[in-house]
Amino acid sequence: MSATAPALAPERPVRVALVGSPNAGKTTLFNALTGASARIGNYAGVTVERREGILRGSEGRVLVLDLPGTYALRGESPDERIVEKVLDGKLAGEPELDGVVAVADATTLRRGLGLVRQLLAHRRPMILVLTMIDEVRARGGRIDVGRLSRELGIPVVGVVGHRGVGIDQVVRLVREPWKWPCPKTVPPLDEDPVRRFAWVDEVCKAIGADELPPDRRTDWIDQWLLHPVYGIAILALVLLVFFQSIFTWAAPAMDAIDSLFTTLASVSRAVLPPGWLTELWAGGVLAGVGSVLVFLPQIVILFTFIHLLNDVGYMARAAFVVDRVMGWVGLQGRSFLPLLSCFACAVPGIMAARTIASPRERLATILVAPFMTCSARLPVYTLLIAAFVPARPVLGPLGLQGLVMLGLYVLGAATALVAAAVLSSTLLRGTPSVFYMELPPYRWPTAKLLVRQVWGSAYAFLKRAGTIILCVSIVMWALLSFPKAPEIPGALPSEQARVNLEASIAGRIGHTIEPAIAPLGFDWKIGVGLIASLAAREVIVATLAQIHAVGNPDDYEGLREALQRDVDPVTGRHHFTLATALSLLVFFVFALQCTSTMVVMARETGGWRWPAFAFSYMLALAWIASFVTYRVAISLGWGPAA
Amino acid sequence: MAKRNHGRVSLDGPIPLQRLPEGRWARLVGAVPHNVSQRLLDLGFVPGTRLKIVRRAPLGDPIEIEIRGSRMCFRRSQLRGFRVVLEEEHRS
Repeated sequence: MSATAPALAPERPVRVALVGSPNAGKTTLFNALTGASARIGNYAGVTVERREGILRGSEGRVLVLDLPGTYALRGESPDERIVEKVLDGKLAGEPELDGVVAVADATTLRRGLGLVRQLLAHRRPMILVLTMIDEVRARGGRIDVGRLSRELGIPVVGVVGHRGVGIDQVVRLVREPWKWPCPKTVPPLDEDPVRRFAWVDEVCKAIGADELPPDRRTDWIDQWLLHPVYGIAILALVLLVFFQSIFTWAAPAMDAIDSLFTTLASVSRAVLPPGWLTELWAGGVLAGVGSVLVFLPQIVILFTFIHLLNDVGYMARAAFVVDRVMGWVGLQGRSFLPLLSCFACAVPGIMAARTIASPRERLATILVAPFMTCSARLPVYTLLIAAFVPARPVLGPLGLQGLVMLGLYVLGAATALVAAAVLSSTLLRGTPSVFYMELPPYRWPTAKLLVRQVWGSAYAFLKRAGTIILCVSIVMWALLSFPKAPEIPGALPSEQARVNLEASIAGRIGHTIEPAIAPLGFDWKIGVGLIASLAAREVIVATLAQIHAVGNPDDYEGLREALQRDVDPVTGRHHFTLATALSLLVFFVFALQCTSTMVVMARETGGWRWPAFAFSYMLALAWIASFVTYRVAISLGWGPAA
Repeated sequence: MAKRNHGRVSLDGPIPLQRLPEGRWARLVGAVPHNVSQRLLDLGFVPGTRLKIVRRAPLGDPIEIEIRGSRMCFRRSQLRGFRVVLEEEHRS
C-alpha cells in the first residue's frame, strides 16, 4: 500500500474512521458529523460495539465509522485490537478505509500526539481534529493549529464538538479524503515509545504548546469529592440516591407495564374464542413481551445515571475511591457500580459491566453479578419469610423476619465477592490487567448526548436480548401448558388449573427431578416451581399458587395458608416446614434461576460458554448450600415433625 | 539544598515514583524499567517526562498522577521500578 491517495473520487461510498482515546470527545464529534443516522451493531464474532453513520449532507456517499476509544495501538483488549485490524483492513467484513480522522483532546495533546504518531505509521490519508480547544483557551493556554498542521503535514482542525464550532470545516474535509495531503514523516510501525514521545515533545516545543495550568474548577471539586472523609460520604450519598431511584422510580413504571400486559391478556381471553391459539397469544406472547418490557424502566433509569455520572466525570472518581477494596477480590473500581446495579436487576448490571475496560475483570464481574440479590427475588423472599419465619422481636425494632431478609442480602453480596476472589485466582488466573483510568476534568453534560446514550442502551437491550427472552417465555409457557389433563366435570377452575399443571411437561419434569431435590427438602411441587422460575424467579410464586389450587396468584395470604396446610398424603407430615423454607431461600440466593440474565450474559460474553458455566457452578453451589441448610435446620428441630 | 520528607527519606537524587510527595513536580529518570507494562509507556511514562502525584485514594491506593496534561490513576504496584528526580520548587 502506498501513502499516495487516488486523485479521483472512488465510485463506491467513501469510508472514513474516527480514532482517538476514550474521553477525547470522539462520540460528540461522531454525532455532530453524522446527525441522527448512526447504526449501532457489533463487529462480527466479538462483543465490541460498532457504530457507523452517514456524513451530514453527503447523501450516503461518505460513511463515518466510530472506532472504539483507545490510548494506543497494539493494545490488549478486544476493543483495541479491533481498531488496529480495521486500520490495516484485516478485519473480515470490514472494507478498506479511505481515510482516518484522528481525534485528540487539545488539553492532553502531549499524550494524544503519541497515538497520532502511531496512526501516521499506518500510512492512511489522515487528518487531525483537536477537540475541547475552548478549554485550552479558558485555562490560559494556546495551540497554534496552523503550525501543528505544518509540522505533521496533514490538515488539523480545532473544534468544540457540543457547540458545533469547527464542525463544518471537518465535514468539508471528510467529504473528500482522497484530496488529503500525505503526512510529512512516516514513522516505523514498531517505533519505541521513548522515541515516539521524544518526537511528541519536539512537536509541542516547535508549535509553542506549553503545559497547561491546572483546571481550577476540577481541582476545587476534587478537593471535596476525593477527600478521605467527605469523598466517601459523598460517594455513599450518590449511591443511596442512585439505588433509591432505581427502586422508587422504576417500581411504579414496572407495575404499570406489568398490569397493562395482565389486563391485555385477560381482555384477549375474554374477547377471543377459547383455544390453544388464544392461550398462546395471552399466556405466551403477551406475557413474553411484557417480561421484556418490564426491564425497560430500570434500564433507562440506571443508564441515565451511569451515563450522566460518566459524562460529568464522576464515575471515574467513584471507581478511584473504591478501587482498593474491589482489588482485594480481584476486581477493580469500575466493577463497583455494575455490581451495585445488580441489587435492582442483573440484566442492566451485566450490561453496565461494559464500562470496565479490562476484559478479565469485566468477565469476573459478569460471572458473579447474579449473586447480588435482585428485585425479582424479593417476592419469593417475602412470601417464604412471612409464611414460615416467626415474627419474633430480636433486638429493639429488629425482628427475626427482618434479620433473615437482611441475612439473605448479605449472603448474596458476600458470595459475589468470594466468588470473584476464587474465580480470579483460579479460572481467570493470570496477571491482573493493568489498571489505568483517566480522571477527566469535570464537564457539563449535554442533554442531547445523554438521551442518545440512554436510547442506545435501551435499544441494544430490546434488540439483542429482548427477542431471545420473548422466545424463551413462549417455550416456558408451552412447557407449563401442554399436554392438558382431561376436563374434570364440575371442578373449580383453580382445581382444573392444578390438575393441568401436574399433567404438563413441566409437571412431569417436577416429578422426574424429585429424587434430585428431595435431599434439600423439596417435593415435586417445588420442583415444578423451580422449573417455572427459570423464566423469571418471581414466577415461582404464581406457580406455587397454581399447583396448590389457590385461585388468585396475588393472594399471598391464601398461598401462605395453603403452603402451611400442605400435608403428605402418605405419611401425614407437613411438607413445607421452616427447614424447607430456609432451604428454598438459600437455593434462591445461589441459583441462576433467570433466563434473561443468561441471555444477556451470552450477549455480553459472545457465546453460551460462560452462561452455561455460570448456571452450572451456581446450581452446584445452590444445591450444596441448600442441602447443608436443610440438614442443619432439621437438626435444630425445624424440620417435619415425626 | 537538602529536602527532607517527614525527616526520614532523603529526596535528593532519584527516588522511587511511589515515594514522591503529593503535589510536587518531578521528572522520570533512568532507563525504562524492564517489567513495567507496555501500556504505561504508551501513555507517555518515558524518561524525561514531567509528572506529579496529585493525590492518593482515601485508602492509599490507587494514585492519581498528572502526566502529559492528563490526570490518570494507577495502582502503586504497577509503578514499581520508575524513578524520579524532584524539580526545584519555584514558589514555596
